[in-house]
Amino acid sequence: MIQVVCIKQVADTETRVRVAADGRNLDPTGVTWVANPYDEIALEQALRIREQQGSGEVVAVSVGGPGVQTTLRNALAMGADRAIHLKTERIAPDPLSVACALAEELRGAGAELVWFGKQAVDDDQAQVGPMVAERLDLPCVTMVASFTLEGGRVTAEREVEGGREVVEVALPAVLTAEKGLAEPRYASLKGIMAAKRKPIEEKPARLGEPALEVVALELPPPRGAGKVVGQGVEAVSELVRLLREEARAI
Amino acid sequence: MSILVFVEQRDGRVRSIVREVLGEATRLAAVLGGPVAGICPAASDPGLAALGDAGAERVLLATHEAFACYDASGYTQAVVAAIEALKPQVVLFGASAMGRDLAPRVAARLGVGLATDCTALAADGGRLIATRPVFAGKAIQKAAFPRSPALASLRPKVFAPAAPSGRAAAVEPLATSFDPVAARAKVVRMAAAAGGKVDLTEADVIVSGGRGLKEPQNFKLIEELAEALGAAVGASRAAVDAGWRPHSEQVGQTGKTVSPKLYVAVGISGAIQHLAGMSSSRCIVAINKDPEAPIFKVADYGVVGDLFEVVPALTEAVKQLNAHV
Repeated sequence: MIQVVCIKQVADTETRVRVAADGRNLDPTGVTWVANPYDEIALEQALRIREQQGSGEVVAVSVGGPGVQTTLRNALAMGADRAIHLKTERIAPDPLSVACALAEELRGAGAELVWFGKQAVDDDQAQVGPMVAERLDLPCVTMVASFTLEGGRVTAEREVEGGREVVEVALPAVLTAEKGLAEPRYASLKGIMAAKRKPIEEKPARLGEPALEVVALELPPPRGAGKVVGQGVEAVSELVRLLREEARAI
Repeated sequence: MSILVFVEQRDGRVRSIVREVLGEATRLAAVLGGPVAGICPAASDPGLAALGDAGAERVLLATHEAFACYDASGYTQAVVAAIEALKPQVVLFGASAMGRDLAPRVAARLGVGLATDCTALAADGGRLIATRPVFAGKAIQKAAFPRSPALASLRPKVFAPAAPSGRAAAVEPLATSFDPVAARAKVVRMAAAAGGKVDLTEADVIVSGGRGLKEPQNFKLIEELAEALGAAVGASRAAVDAGWRPHSEQVGQTGKTVSPKLYVAVGISGAIQHLAGMSSSRCIVAINKDPEAPIFKVADYGVVGDLFEVVPALTEAVKQLNAHV
């Protein structure tokens, strides 16, 4: 079984966001670039399926500039068999453009499962997975928190308000991973050495015209300075009074 | 100009997010012009005429017995059919679990842009500009739509419902050619969370605990305060990664981004990822023994002290207040 895991390279969650000179994008100066954490969860789940089945292939795919190859190399070190780099010079292409490029690559590639993270932790759009499913006319389950594969059929649970939806899906299918699905492994030294010999295929990304245009990136207004109400238990009655009379929050 | 709103129902009831989205739709319609309509896929009419009071002039109802539960392909087909019938310039969804799944499918089928989880919409010279937090709230992005219709999903608990109009919406059937046999993904059942708890993203009040609680059992203190306040329980990433709480309760950059009216952070130092996820709360209270903890920089009200003393005292004070109201 071929599984494809789509991985976005993002700024590490420790990053303090600064706005680039163009006023529309993240200033990349000093940023540490990592795989989107949810995509690593998806990769881990795909690797476990391959290990359980004792055969199959896991392919990591990423859209981006030359820098994404470090993230793909890390996916290979975790255990992916090969990688595809869809090259683009466009900074932060919109979700539909990325979905079009991925769908073009995946069409006819024979993948039974196409994995994404539930969203990227940079633009938080949560769109590309279901958009690829739509472009390829595949079923899709988003925000998958638990997953079983039996007899060519997937049962997935997705978190919704107040509970979980249990969804049955026929293969091939697109799934997006929620935290808790699988704890990503660290690349072993052996894996890192093996990754150096694994192939990364490079080809141009066929993005298409943008469907969403970022016109500004701004920092949020700072919160007004708060106050320390007091120390310890003695502060509680004053806190309750402030919450009730000043903030009208209780 | 017209605006279409996806009307989300579950178990035959229209969800509260729909009134929030209709509220923003009516405000936009006042600037952009044009009527506000709804599209509701459902097994039967969940009382759609009542949405007139919330701002909808008409609601298209696509009925199918398979629409009792969310069905991505069927719902996509119904919403696309409504868009083709009404030709709206703007289509709005709630950024709920359902809306976040459905909106990208609709956008991809139409080949148009979508802005997810918006916190403001504005009409700038007739063109829609969506404002949305990115990096879990560390920055704010503004996006425009080169193609029509513009699609946006709106963050729960941010937009106010419209003032009641006292009118009823016209409910009109919309035919779809949905074939459930051909569906390749099907919701087979809904596993309810214990006690039917309010989801973090939809809670008015949240009490969150972190590593300062020292042991998972001590989250009882958080739960008791949450119960007194009628709040949902949240947790820091540290508490979730330690296995103390389920990840569905995690607030922050790899968890949920929340904007409640009141957020109480207990024993949470305030890592940058956590602050990103809760800084848009209307009122923030921090209880922490370390006066230098970063959480105090975003808190409206801070109490420096031992949470094992302060939290039970606060719970008691809130209970007394409740008893007197």
